[in-house]
Amino acid sequence: MSLALFHAILFYMFAAVAVGAALAMVTQRNPTYSAFALIVTLVSLAAVFGLLGSPFIAALQIVVYAGAIMVLFLFVLMLLNVKAELRAEGEGRVFTLVALALGAVLAGEVGSVLVAVRTPMAGAFDASARAVAHVLFEPRYLYVFEATSILILASLVGAIALAKRDPNP
Amino acid sequence: MSPTIVQHALLLSLALFAIGVVGVFLRRNVITVFMCVELMLNAVNLAFIALSRAWGNLDGQVLVFFVLTVAAAEAAVGLAITISIHRHKDTLDVDAFNIMKW
Repeated sequence: MSLALFHAILFYMFAAVAVGAALAMVTQRNPTYSAFALIVTLVSLAAVFGLLGSPFIAALQIVVYAGAIMVLFLFVLMLLNVKAELRAEGEGRVFTLVALALGAVLAGEVGSVLVAVRTPMAGAFDASARAVAHVLFEPRYLYVFEATSILILASLVGAIALAKRDPNP
Repeated sequence: MSPTIVQHALLLSLALFAIGVVGVFLRRNVITVFMCVELMLNAVNLAFIALSRAWGNLDGQVLVFFVLTVAAAEAAVGLAITISIHRHKDTLDVDAFNIMKW
């Protein structure tokens, strides 16, 4: 079996797992199960990133998304002791149908464009951590990079200030 | 690697984005809505990665790096707001948060 065929098989396998887990996440009423399904989606997407020749972003995806962000989500879910969603009074099927129809319209519109488009395929491609870092620390991205560190600091302070218990309520 | 794999990656990205949109409409738990937004951000990341591969250009990878940073900041602040609201309202149902509704 050739390597390209092996790559293609892995790609479609992980794509199917990602879509299946995303569907499970949306249809699930218990948020904790949704979080676990989302972790499966994120890890499959990391594999897809790796197959598309981006090992650095694949590693970041697992460390930052599946690691840090999802642990934060699960931490909050367990802290707040969230129960499964109850069916609301008079929750109609109409609303569900409208939501599905809007999703289908979006998928149809963008899908019809994507099917028609022809993408090129670059030959040699190096997206290792070294190559990405060379672009990231170029002068044109350097200021954006510094701005993200200020953003992280601001969100750190904001998260502590928001989640802190009010001393005199 | 053929160009079709890039096209199929873009279609996968579209499918995940559409699932995220439907989830935002359907779910009423604010944390699940948040997770659907994260899924949409990831779908966009996949499109960036696929097009970066197609054009042999690393700018897409750098943009994904920034999207990851913003998503981390957004999750931290959003979950802090969720904890704060839960303390006042004792629920996570988005329909209960209507104090700023016109």
